[in-house]
Amino acid sequence: MIAPLPPAARLFVSFPALLRQHGLAVAPEQTVSFLSAIELLGPRSLDHVRKAAVATLAPHPEQRERFDALFDAHFLGAIAEPGDEDFASDDEMSVQEDSGSREILQGEEINETGQAATGAEALSMRLLKPLDENETLRRFGRALPEALPRRRGYRQRGARRGATVDLARSLRAAIRHDGEVMSLKKLRRVARPRPILLLIDVSGSMKQRSDANLVLAHTIVQSAPFAEVFTFGTRLTRVTKALRRKRREQALAEAAGLVADWDGGTRIGDALQAFLAVPRFASYARGAVVIVLSDGLERGDPAALVTAVARLSQRAHRIDWLTPLAADPAYRPETEALRLIAPRLASLGNGASTARICRHILSLGGSQAA
Amino acid sequence: MVLRTTVAGISSPEDLAQALTGAMYLADDGIATAGYLSLALGKPLLLEGAPGVGKTEAAKAIAGILGRQLIRLQCFEGIDASAALYEWNYPRQMLAIRQAREGETLDIYRDDFLIERPMLTALRRPESTVLLIDEIDRSDHEFEAFLLEFLSDFSISIPERGTLRAAERPVVVLTSNRTRELHEALRRRCVYHYIAYPEPEREAQIIMLRSSAVAEGTARAVVHAVGLLRQEPLAKPPGVAEAVDWAEAATALAQTGASWPEAFRRSLGTAIKDEEDLAHLRPRLPLFIPGLAA
Repeated sequence: MIAPLPPAARLFVSFPALLRQHGLAVAPEQTVSFLSAIELLGPRSLDHVRKAAVATLAPHPEQRERFDALFDAHFLGAIAEPGDEDFASDDEMSVQEDSGSREILQGEEINETGQAATGAEALSMRLLKPLDENETLRRFGRALPEALPRRRGYRQRGARRGATVDLARSLRAAIRHDGEVMSLKKLRRVARPRPILLLIDVSGSMKQRSDANLVLAHTIVQSAPFAEVFTFGTRLTRVTKALRRKRREQALAEAAGLVADWDGGTRIGDALQAFLAVPRFASYARGAVVIVLSDGLERGDPAALVTAVARLSQRAHRIDWLTPLAADPAYRPETEALRLIAPRLASLGNGASTARICRHILSLGGSQAA
Repeated sequence: MVLRTTVAGISSPEDLAQALTGAMYLADDGIATAGYLSLALGKPLLLEGAPGVGKTEAAKAIAGILGRQLIRLQCFEGIDASAALYEWNYPRQMLAIRQAREGETLDIYRDDFLIERPMLTALRRPESTVLLIDEIDRSDHEFEAFLLEFLSDFSISIPERGTLRAAERPVVVLTSNRTRELHEALRRRCVYHYIAYPEPEREAQIIMLRSSAVAEGTARAVVHAVGLLRQEPLAKPPGVAEAVDWAEAATALAQTGASWPEAFRRSLGTAIKDEEDLAHLRPRLPLFIPGLAA
């Protein structure tokens, strides 16, 4: 029989549980480390408890504010103040990242702040899609891993032909023939699918498409080996983590809760520059297939967009710009910004429907290493 | 879990901070606590942060104060077990097979045919080494999964030799620049600390500690300027190492007779190392370097 927990430890054990309730992933072994850390540090003050919690429960830097608020609420009894991040000034492009990990078990309720919950509700209202679109997405998801362009990776595997000799396999083969080398086994670099980076315009002019695009993004994140998704309008938001949830409704509700600039204005140039200014984000574009789902109706300065696309194209494998306006056969990019960036784009295609976008992505040419 | 309240004479985070200062590394509370807990709990220490904030330096300093050799495993895309763990010396094995006389028994999996790579070295000599697994975010997912196995029970299976287990848990420090997210399971196995850019006061102290030629005024001016530069949307914001270089370079130029603002401007290349960043900053330099004529 397991002895009951001493009353003094209960306060500490219940903290990881509180974190889990609020969507921060904590493993049981981390709880054990947390208790050991407290034992080691004294604790002489609450500050020690906080330090022990940070070191052992390892919140992501972007979750730190939430973590601290929960810590204060739990140990000090303070009430967590809602963040004012949703009221950022319009002059500055703000960057928002979805929190590192929210491994909430299926069926468990997502305990979001009021603000996020409202956004989620709005989206769930909009998410009624006809069945045939689901079938399109299912087929697309199955075909995507093979259809992505490939590049030669750095990992090597045994192969019939290749550039380098596989000494380990050759030696083993030689031992079977009393040390006589009958054939040299070879190694070959493995082709890996390129990462895919999806940038989704959620501004007012894209209102008709933004929900469907987010559904498509969920399929891409679920099926491509490496995928990143950002939304932009007047701010840049990373929604990849939310979309990694398997259940679509839950994933979309969470992603929608993160995006604070639905149906607002568009400042594509600023959004892309904000993307490039975070080294971690910029590294997602390296060697990637970049798909921009936007009508390119830029309200900001075209110069910012031109510079950003130029920098992005230096990093990316290719940039494909898919706009719903191209559904019209007579469509020609008329905004100054789009005309200026057109030479940098691998294609300016039709993004009017999910089926069209799927077809475009599947046509990017997988199989051979690029 | 092994709890050791005193490791190498260090019995609290404050002790560790003091020892690190002795090893020329100024640690704040956070890193001192995480470092101490990692030593006491026998868990790997995972340090994340922007490039140049002193993650690798921290590992070197920890090795220094423990009086152990630092074994560094630099990660890269495609790194595999043979680069990290061990490899057989195939040409020598082959030669031995060819030279062996008829009827002679030959063990080609002896120790002298084994080439130790960093992780095996750390496992075999845990009491005398610190293993630094640098820039783990550069490796691919396959290697991360492999590392997970190593870090969970500190044992390695060599098919021809069986399983080797560390007599005691080696001191392991992992660093990541956060160019990609690490697997949650890896984070769980470690004591974690995110190293942010240091406070201005501390950064000035670091510059003066690293370079005795730099005057206090210069250090403060550089710290002020890099603080402003880090708020700019730069592809490569200057780290602590760059701040030290800039202070040293400006000091050297000033000694040749250049005026201070001019010396700062001419040595900007030691802090900003990206052409686009320089182009972005050039017209606004007087904002960062006081006294520079527009």
